[in-house]
Amino acid sequence: MINLAYRDIANGFGRYMLTSLGLGLLIGVTLTMAGVYRGMVDDARALINGSATDIWVVQRHTLGPYAESSTLHDDAWRGIVGLPGVAETGNVAYLTMQVKHREKDVRVMIAGFESGKPGEPMRLVAGRPVTRSHYEAVADVKTGFQVGDRVRIRRHEYTVVGLTSRMVSSGGDPMLFITLKDAQEVQFLKDNDAIVGDRERLAANPQFNRPGVPGLLSAVEADRFSNHNVNAILVRVASGTDARLVADTILRWKHLQAYTRTDMEQILVAKLIATSAKQIGLFLVILTVVSTAIVALTVYTMTMSKIKEIAVLKLIGAKNRVIVAMILQQALGLGVIGFVIGKTVATFWAPIFPKYVLLEMSDAGRAFVITMVICTLASILAIRAALKVSPATAIGGG
Amino acid sequence: MADHAKKPAIKLEGLVKRYGSGSSAVEALKGVDMEVYPGEVVGLLGPSGSGKTTLLQCLGAVIDPTAGRITLGGDVTFDDEWKISDLRELRRDRIGFIFQAPYLIPFLDATENVSLLPMLAGKPNSEATARAMDLLKVLDVAHRAGARISELSGGEAQRVAIARALANNPPIILADEPTAPLDSQRSLTVMRMLNELAAQYRTAIIVVTHDDNIIPTFKRLYRIREGKAHEEAGEGRPFS
Repeated sequence: MINLAYRDIANGFGRYMLTSLGLGLLIGVTLTMAGVYRGMVDDARALINGSATDIWVVQRHTLGPYAESSTLHDDAWRGIVGLPGVAETGNVAYLTMQVKHREKDVRVMIAGFESGKPGEPMRLVAGRPVTRSHYEAVADVKTGFQVGDRVRIRRHEYTVVGLTSRMVSSGGDPMLFITLKDAQEVQFLKDNDAIVGDRERLAANPQFNRPGVPGLLSAVEADRFSNHNVNAILVRVASGTDARLVADTILRWKHLQAYTRTDMEQILVAKLIATSAKQIGLFLVILTVVSTAIVALTVYTMTMSKIKEIAVLKLIGAKNRVIVAMILQQALGLGVIGFVIGKTVATFWAPIFPKYVLLEMSDAGRAFVITMVICTLASILAIRAALKVSPATAIGGG
Repeated sequence: MADHAKKPAIKLEGLVKRYGSGSSAVEALKGVDMEVYPGEVVGLLGPSGSGKTTLLQCLGAVIDPTAGRITLGGDVTFDDEWKISDLRELRRDRIGFIFQAPYLIPFLDATENVSLLPMLAGKPNSEATARAMDLLKVLDVAHRAGARISELSGGEAQRVAIARALANNPPIILADEPTAPLDSQRSLTVMRMLNELAAQYRTAIIVVTHDDNIIPTFKRLYRIREGKAHEEAGEGRPFS
């Protein structure tokens, strides 16, 4: 038996392929949107996994350090490291800012870490770790920096000594690792004029300049112009220890908030990107509806353009299933070609996106099934019209 | 006049077709009686609105008559109490259609347009294609067998359409103004062809026409007036 669908497609190949291309681009956008969401989740997980941490200790009643700001004294770790089950602690400071690189602004999340402790950059892909106590940095490859590049952060120049990968903030900004001391300075450092102004204001205050209390002004200045705060303490527990128990102990006795990996994943995935996920979800629904409408309209138009031929087919004895098969095959063909185009373009353009786009095979599989269902549903209108046409139409009547 | 010694290929008895109901009902056919015999080409004439198309649709098992009886090749296909259930099969296997325009399937080539019918009837592809090629040869369009429909001339397309009508070797062919788009010479060529095919395949052919050029070629014709068919003897003029 002749495949009528294939022959009809071959007859109007250009138009069919153009329609498939249009649908394919829509499917490509849909797959990319799903990839953007997957990328956000993966970024969040990479942030958690990248720090090789079991517990995040942050300021009480906050969701810090990634979802909310959190401030702790940098000696708070002393009370934690002695708790049973705690193997290691590390202070960290995080801040998102623009840094200058070759006269261009690059948005990064600066992570201040203590060398050899939780929070230091993992997975170096080039260069070496930070070994000096000041003005060296390890950057995520997404920053575009190279080993040996000079980067300006506030008033100081830093040398990129190493590169790491998949280390990005929950917002997708690539991370730049510097020492904790440097990060603390960056976080609170004022410009020279402001410092001079503050010092003059302080010296002019008679309360700090009392006769008989020598050194008071110096003590206040030292306290005012140095920073001993961090954003979180990262805790690694001893092997075989339940992180939940340690976190509960910290919460109960140290009056600090402590999150396990599960808690942090919940914060980053369920809370931090929840709105974005809903946004993307709604966008996906709209794209699905638009795709369905386009396929339905296309298949319907294709069918109506040969309605006389369909009437002739019915008149000469073609069974309904022959006509239904023709329309359905064309609709499914549109879906298959569209899907292949969509998957291909999504694969090609995903790396161009500034944020990580993770195209998962399971999403592609689901998208394929949904495309086929959409094409089947979209062809119903055309099939109904084709089955309704009377063979009498072919011989001068309806 | 018809040879009553033979069994008619088509026999209509008191065929009525009514559209609508009650006071707005319109009776297009008011008791049509007709007989057409194997190998015969009969003309069906009448002014617009006389019921020719309705009669053709009833004969072609496309619409159901309101009353009367249709007998095709000795088998009753419709009467007041019974009608054949699979009208598509009836149309596919026992009736060939030729239209004013060829209405060929544009995305199939000439051979495929003809072989499609035997294929729909379940014939193997090779057998269907061989049958199509035979018919295209008979109709002198075999050299255009692989051509797209858009590449055929009007006359070639009409001959392919005639080959399609004959593809399942039906005992009956219904031709709805088959010469309308053709000039007088080609009209006569088509009529000669139909007469030769009717004689060769013992097919009964009913030709609906307004074409004054071909009306004199019929040996027998029916004129539809006010929903009734009136049998007349034709001139039976030669085709040249």
